[in-house]
Amino acid sequence: MVDLRTTYLGKTLKSPLVASASPLWERLDNIKRAEDAGAGAVVLFSLFEEQIRRERELLHYFLTHSADSHPEATTYAPEPTQYHAAPDQYLELIRKAKETTEIPIIASLNGATLGGWTTFAYKMQQAGADAIELNIYSIPTDPTVSGEEIERQTVDIVRAVKSIVTIPVAVKLSPYYSNMAHFAQKLDRAEVNALVLFNRFYQPDIDLETLDVTPNVILSTPQALRLPLTWIGILYGRVRAELAATSGVHTHEDALKLLLAGANVVQLTSALLKNGIDYLKTLEADMTRWLEEKEYDSVSQMRGSVSQVNASDPSAFERAQYMRALNSYQPNI
Amino acid sequence: MSERVNAMIDGNEATARVAYQLSEVIAIYPITPSSAMGEWADEWASLNQPNLWGTVPQVIEMQSEGGAAGAVHGALQAGALSTTFTASQGLLLMIPNMYKIAGELTPVVIHVAARAIAAQGLSIYGDHADVMATRQTGWAMLSSTSVQEAHDFALIAHSATLRARIPFIHFFDGFRTSHEVNKIELLDNDDLRALIDEALIREHRQRALSPDHPVMRGTAQNPDVYFQARETVNPLYDAVPEIVQGVMDAFAARTGRAYKLYEYHGAPDAERVIVMMGSGCDAAHETVDYLMARGEKIGLLKVRLFRPFAAQLFVDALPSSVKSIAVLDRTKEPGSAGEPLYQDVVTALMEAWNGAAMPRVVGGRYGLSSKEFTPAMVKAVYDNLAAAKPKNHFTVGIIDDLGMTSLDVDNSFSVESDDTVRAIFYGLGSDGTVSANKNSIKIIGDDTPNFAQGYFFYDSKKSGTMTVSYLRFGPRPIRSNYAVNRANFIACHQDIFLEKYDLLNEAVDGAVFLLNTSQPADAAWDFLPRAMQQTMIDRNMSFYVIDADKVAKAAGMGGRINTVMQVCFFAISGVLPRQEAIDAIKHSIEKTFGKKGPEIVQKNLEAIDMTLDNMIHVPLPAAVSSVREFAPPVTSNAPAFVKNVEGAMLARRGDLLPVSALPNDGTYPTGTSQYEKRNLADQIPVWDPEICIQCGKCAMVCPHAVIRIKAYDAEQLNGAPETFKAVDARDTEFAGMKYTIQVAPEDCTGCGICVDVCPAKNKSAVALKAINMRPQPPLRDTERANWDFFTALPETDRTRIKVSSIRQQQMQQPLFEFPGACAGCGETPYLKMISQLFGDRTIIANATGCSSIYGGNLPTTPWAKNKEGRGPAWANSLFEDNAEFGLGIRVAVDKQADYARELLANLSSQIGELATAILEAKQSDEAELHEQRERVAQLKTILEGMDSDEASRLLSLADYLVRKSVWIVGGDGWAYDIGYGGLDHVLASGRNVKILVMDTEVYSNTGGQASKATPLAAVAKFAAGGKRTGKKDLGMMAMLYGHVYVARVALGAKDEQTLRAFLEAEAYDGPALIIAYSHCIAHGINMGTALKNQKAAVDSGQWLLYRYNPTRAEEGENPLSLDSKAPKLPLKEYLRMENRFKMLELSQPDTARRLFELAQDDVGERYAMYEYLANRAFRKAGDDKSGNGSH
Repeated sequence: MVDLRTTYLGKTLKSPLVASASPLWERLDNIKRAEDAGAGAVVLFSLFEEQIRRERELLHYFLTHSADSHPEATTYAPEPTQYHAAPDQYLELIRKAKETTEIPIIASLNGATLGGWTTFAYKMQQAGADAIELNIYSIPTDPTVSGEEIERQTVDIVRAVKSIVTIPVAVKLSPYYSNMAHFAQKLDRAEVNALVLFNRFYQPDIDLETLDVTPNVILSTPQALRLPLTWIGILYGRVRAELAATSGVHTHEDALKLLLAGANVVQLTSALLKNGIDYLKTLEADMTRWLEEKEYDSVSQMRGSVSQVNASDPSAFERAQYMRALNSYQPNI
Repeated sequence: MSERVNAMIDGNEATARVAYQLSEVIAIYPITPSSAMGEWADEWASLNQPNLWGTVPQVIEMQSEGGAAGAVHGALQAGALSTTFTASQGLLLMIPNMYKIAGELTPVVIHVAARAIAAQGLSIYGDHADVMATRQTGWAMLSSTSVQEAHDFALIAHSATLRARIPFIHFFDGFRTSHEVNKIELLDNDDLRALIDEALIREHRQRALSPDHPVMRGTAQNPDVYFQARETVNPLYDAVPEIVQGVMDAFAARTGRAYKLYEYHGAPDAERVIVMMGSGCDAAHETVDYLMARGEKIGLLKVRLFRPFAAQLFVDALPSSVKSIAVLDRTKEPGSAGEPLYQDVVTALMEAWNGAAMPRVVGGRYGLSSKEFTPAMVKAVYDNLAAAKPKNHFTVGIIDDLGMTSLDVDNSFSVESDDTVRAIFYGLGSDGTVSANKNSIKIIGDDTPNFAQGYFFYDSKKSGTMTVSYLRFGPRPIRSNYAVNRANFIACHQDIFLEKYDLLNEAVDGAVFLLNTSQPADAAWDFLPRAMQQTMIDRNMSFYVIDADKVAKAAGMGGRINTVMQVCFFAISGVLPRQEAIDAIKHSIEKTFGKKGPEIVQKNLEAIDMTLDNMIHVPLPAAVSSVREFAPPVTSNAPAFVKNVEGAMLARRGDLLPVSALPNDGTYPTGTSQYEKRNLADQIPVWDPEICIQCGKCAMVCPHAVIRIKAYDAEQLNGAPETFKAVDARDTEFAGMKYTIQVAPEDCTGCGICVDVCPAKNKSAVALKAINMRPQPPLRDTERANWDFFTALPETDRTRIKVSSIRQQQMQQPLFEFPGACAGCGETPYLKMISQLFGDRTIIANATGCSSIYGGNLPTTPWAKNKEGRGPAWANSLFEDNAEFGLGIRVAVDKQADYARELLANLSSQIGELATAILEAKQSDEAELHEQRERVAQLKTILEGMDSDEASRLLSLADYLVRKSVWIVGGDGWAYDIGYGGLDHVLASGRNVKILVMDTEVYSNTGGQASKATPLAAVAKFAAGGKRTGKKDLGMMAMLYGHVYVARVALGAKDEQTLRAFLEAEAYDGPALIIAYSHCIAHGINMGTALKNQKAAVDSGQWLLYRYNPTRAEEGENPLSLDSKAPKLPLKEYLRMENRFKMLELSQPDTARRLFELAQDDVGERYAMYEYLANRAFRKAGDDKSGNGSH
């Protein structure tokens, strides 16, 4: 029997297949189903900086903006005596998930700027989260902000969170940094426990009927796999932080490739949204079969075996191969 | 006994705290100014807060105060301890039950925030007209004068009623005691327990109706015994004074606060004594102290127990030295021998005086509708008593140049002591000034040994309202329960006020003036009007400025400048050492906002830290240098009455208007809001004619009718201002004509809903539309000139307008303009539409509520006239009777029209063909109406030349020969709840009345209490835990009559359907009911994009659109047209757009999930039912007896 165990964020996981942040995990019964289907861990859906900031602010605004304006109506709504704003409900979900499952529960915080919201990580820890995944997600539109500044802000956020929690912290990044390896090292120095590569970048659409710019989520395709594969392969052995792959994992082959490149865990969302939570069982069975066929003893044995440092042709990860790849492409027309 | 705890609370809360603890069944209904007591009770019950006996009271909202009284009566008969809270008309509605409850000797207390009764006009403010109207019901009446007394007397009343078996009214002055925040010592449960005798509760339960020991009450009695039975209660009434005094004494033994039924304060050898009750006693009390210290032999007798009136105890309480007495009543009883307290005092003296010479007694009225009652007025009353022939039946506090009843008052007289700090703050409703001051006064009261008092005044408009906060604090208890008129600190939180108001009138020498302005500090002095500069120099004032908006924005608090201004006040006033004050504010912010999250707290804390660096002391120059003068309150073209009377009210000089200036029957001119230029908007819409598709939607949705459209001949453009915009009219009906959309820049409230609805986007930059918001100040002058030019253009010919399409219909002149409604109001566009379509021949009966306030609150009002002088005639009767009131109007109009036709028929031989033409005219469209008006004008000319009784009778009625429209309008509180019985009857009558229900799904005007229109899962006051039952289907109920035209509309979802419904309803010769979705500030939504909420309500199936037209049934068609498509938006998505639903998710997520699912089920079922009804085969009744026609 192949040993599927892996380590990630201070825990030993029974499987490297991790359910990544998605709306599926807003429901407790889904989390339980993921565990039953073999997930090594679950990363809860993302709690956004804006939710922490804005939701309460909006409520506060609507309760106060028209208050004390008219003699007959000094307020227009009863003041709620208890608030289970999305953040509170999130904490409740962590608590319940911990009560009902055995697998690690990783809380996910999504933000872009330094602020009071980062203190919420502490509440997540208190609620029982085994680790925190920080999804640092900046869409810089201000041309005066340099790349260096953006990197600095990200490191500051990581440091702010690390300073208040004792549980491990992973950082989920976008691929759009000038030098991912350099930046990964910076995060390493900030003692981040894992890098999650990469988040799906928000790219809005235009509605031709209304001419509105509309948010539009497109599920990942297997092609998206290449980007994390590249960087995990390059970073493996070069950073102390553990590596988690996300984006584009749809089959057991995809997962295996990422593990071979050096990922500690492989996170899945689109595949589960498309095929259902129980698809985890299929993936695990297929992965086990491949490992058995190839006579691997364990996942840890094969992990990183085809990373840049271990690959038979390390240059395959570099620019030289780019030219070769282009040259090898034979158009059909 | 545990340690005494102090609290800074208002009279409503002080009362409700005790009433809640001592009750098991609490029936509530909102009415200003008592609503807050019910709201507290509902909130505590929703939190499962137990009463004194550890059980949570049942709090039940009723459909009216009459209903509340009935429920209380029932609860009492079934043995529960019960209470209710009310005021004004609400108390009047309880009277029938009050007789019963008293007749059955039932212990209960009604707590009343005493308020004026609607007479020549409605007033929400305080006086004793309501309680005095119940003095004959057999209830004991206990009057408290202050917040502390309201708290204490609530307990004394609950205790005494159990002992006496006589029901009690406990009353205090509305909009003084009810809303004054003062430092009081709280009673604890041990106090309550000590005063409430459990054995008496058991006796009360023992008397209850129970099948286990059955009795009957409510028998019908005959001449043989009724009289005697009525007299059986006398011993119980005789015992009341002693019982109440006994309770007061027991209370004093526990708390140290001693009260007497008739409490004398003053010189033991006083010769002049004032007798009064209510909050005015405190002003009199401090005046007595002041004048006594100066050797005056005067005194004050406070009446606590007004019913039963204990004549001997009253007389005994007077000093024997008294020579003259002034009895002050806070009510007016026209035609009486004197007001009630006066009459009782005279009777008591006649019956019980046994001293030497009987004192002379005079009566006077004061303080009606919260009119100020000050020490200067008290002194005037004592001065009157000192006169050789004191004026009797006088008034004090007004100038009565008609009946010459008023006393002269020397307003320079003041008794305020130097050790009391007195501050006035002028703010806007939306800037948080009042909230901040409530907070400040709590900090001072809670964190310092000072006594403190806060009182807050709001103007009657619902948008851009000015608020005035009056704060006092000092080392001694504060009795000065009148507005601060000697201020040593004045703050202006909005510099726009400086355009119109002199805010320094009340400043004392050496006072501080703090101004929030974006002007740089070196320009701030010259930003002040000349008169204010002069005052500052003359009174040697200090001047501080701050750009609070800048600080608030930098701290991320938007327009809420409250915290910033609060810090300035503490820093300047020195009530606490600076750091201590700042720590206290920070602490209070953490306490108040902590549960709302660290971000909100953090922003406030940042604002605090930034404030002091931004506050600047401006040294006072030696001379006046400003060129600014106050703007006149109304425009120069205003008629004399508007200028002199309404203008004075606008300029905050209404108190100085003499009696003769005012109409004696409550009749006021319409169309006066046009003269008040409020300049509220920072930004106003600007039309881009190149982009515009001339759809008319911007004008249609404008809640304040500031967007107008005209099509006119090109030559009219001669002399147009340079910036006046005009393009070719697009519609073929107006081919060759010019078209303009014009904005009234000074009347706009800046809500932006017009921009949101505009469907035309700029092809090169889609963020730009055909109408865009731009800063008002640089546009004000040019657009004012454009507006003036536009209004002088002839109105678009009504007979050419195709009224069935919004784009043309919106060219009709609105005869409802510039109301005092909220920015973005969802009701007013419907009223405006009525005024455009039918306004020149409409009478409106308006239920009390938001629409009667923004529609009829002085000084200026929005219902307007056209150039011919025609327009809606408007009246508000009551809240509960509006349908009946409107029906009365309809019947009267019909009768007079019938009689006019009879007379015309009789005179037809003399009038000739014209008579026939008039009698046979259809008047079904504008052209025919126009012709009929011309015929009637011709008829009147002929009649004037005739010399007969019939002719002259017909002349006085001839206008009724032009078809009139009667619209009965109001909100859901009226139509679904308090007025439903009447509404139902009016619908059943078959009469030709048109009813518009502006359904905001809550009692909007009183602050968002649930009605039967409130949907499932919505959080509202009185439904703090989310409404657990669905919305009443008023439309379906009306449809069941078969003969009622019913439509459900939502302007923001399908405007053409709305227009069609209004046209069909008016054309239908019978009762018509339109239920109109009206978004509201109480929904917790962005009012600038509220039409999206309307659309979502319809798209989700929450709000169905339909029209049920009995005329179609007559023609054999299915009368029901379902105008909504099958729900396509998950209901949750709509619910989550509105805070009223979201709040439930936040406070009770599990309940929300369940109720949201139920609501989704309801949507499906409701649509299926309506779809079935609209699609079923329909045959006219009688055509086919086997058919399933319903008509």
